[in-house]
Amino acid sequence: MQKIKKYISFFRLRFTMGLQYRAAAAAGVATQFAWGALHILAFHAFYRTDPSAFPMTIEATVNYIWLQQAFLAIFAPWITDNDIFEAIRSGSVSYELCRPVSLYTMWFTRNLSLRFSRVVLRCFPILLVALFLPDGYRLTLPQDLHSFLLFLPSLFLGAFVAASLLVIVYAATFFTLAPQGLRAVVTAASEFLSGFVIPLPFFPDSLRRICEALPFAAIGSTPLRIYSGDLAGQAAYTAFGLQIFWLIALVLCGQLLMRRALRNVTLQGG
Amino acid sequence: MIQVEHLRKTFRVAKRSAGFGNAVKALFHREYDEIHALDDIFFRIEDGEAVGYIGPNGAGKSSTIKILSGILTPDSGTCLVDGRIPWKDRKTHVAKIGVVFGQRSQLWWDVPVIDSFELIRDIYAVPESDYKRNLRDLTDLLDLSELLKTPTRSLSLGQRMRCEIAASLLHDPRILFLDEPTIGLDAVSKLAVREFILDMNRTRGTTVILTTHDMQDIEALAQRVILIGKGRILLDGTLDDIRRGGEQIDETLAALYRQFDI
Repeated sequence: MQKIKKYISFFRLRFTMGLQYRAAAAAGVATQFAWGALHILAFHAFYRTDPSAFPMTIEATVNYIWLQQAFLAIFAPWITDNDIFEAIRSGSVSYELCRPVSLYTMWFTRNLSLRFSRVVLRCFPILLVALFLPDGYRLTLPQDLHSFLLFLPSLFLGAFVAASLLVIVYAATFFTLAPQGLRAVVTAASEFLSGFVIPLPFFPDSLRRICEALPFAAIGSTPLRIYSGDLAGQAAYTAFGLQIFWLIALVLCGQLLMRRALRNVTLQGG
Repeated sequence: MIQVEHLRKTFRVAKRSAGFGNAVKALFHREYDEIHALDDIFFRIEDGEAVGYIGPNGAGKSSTIKILSGILTPDSGTCLVDGRIPWKDRKTHVAKIGVVFGQRSQLWWDVPVIDSFELIRDIYAVPESDYKRNLRDLTDLLDLSELLKTPTRSLSLGQRMRCEIAASLLHDPRILFLDEPTIGLDAVSKLAVREFILDMNRTRGTTVILTTHDMQDIEALAQRVILIGKGRILLDGTLDDIRRGGEQIDETLAALYRQFDI
């Protein structure tokens, strides 16, 4: 318990820090609304031409988009702690290494707290308004309780997978010193491959099957598709299992990389 | 007790000459220089000592402190701090030492100092009663009562450094490493910091290892001085050993640096 308490206090401090940024949150809500509306209007235009040509119903797509916007901060690959990159570049990471804590767990916690503090301020206004929009543009309640109950843990798993992916980027920065390159690649890849731009069911079949097996799908795609009813029954459980698999795999990878990094660490700046 | 034997650490530093041509060449072939930051370092520090670790910039002071505090792994050699190998049992080791890096901050920038302190309490799992006692003592000695509720970003350097030192002592470390704790401080803050470190060393018996370029720090604090240059220990003795009659301490030191060609 003592052990976990460290990380909980850490989470709490970062979380409360994140809550200070009210203006950023308001701007975020506005952006997400505009972005969500734009997406939905575009999809509506496509559906009007030929609804049967689409792999998801319009209701499922609308739900997917609104939830994606509401929980953006949970999945977004670009949510990184710039302090960490700066600490590695400048050498202030020394202080973090002087603590009787695992650097991996600390940075993982840090990334998670960043995500949750942002999402708490942003998700409620978006969800609330989206629920009361006109028919066809509205966020609807999940089809059944069952998929909702699977959606909730899946959402959290998505956040955990996202955090574990980013700690790998943090650890890799010990070797490259400049985070921009790797961060750009990871951001772009995971934005596209996790169905951020277009939901995965819209991908060509062969590409979709590959994407569904990749860790990126475990971040945003799976929970959103479970909620919208696009993934149900066996398929939902398989995707959920894959989330757990990727979380374990990425955490192990990250810890391995971190251990190597710390063994060879060169601290910058004297 | 700290025992250091045959400690070596080498860094590889990428180098290239100025100009576009050389930059292009470096794309294909990179040249490295080996810097011997530490080259066969020896010393032994007993419990309760206050030791000044001095030498010019780049002599290897910070590297030594970082190895002793478990952050850096040396290439070879042994180092035992109270029977622990710092880089092998990093987590157990760092729980029992305190470190202040004068040029960096351990306090969280955007929150009041007291929040950082409480987080540190939880990280080190300091029992509540000990924490309260330490916080009270440190607040009195370092005159922090006005500062605790202020966000770190609004503190002056001197105020911040007092808080930094307090933060490093909340968990009752037996050994305190101070890497240039008085850098950039005004006279009043310097005196306050010195007086406090001396008090910790005398009354609590905390072992203090201090690196600094300020020879007055050394005069005020250290019974013993270790001089390092180009990664080697050049002198280990009392301040009187290196002082020659009537000279200013800075001049003595400069003469010493010249003599050893460091």
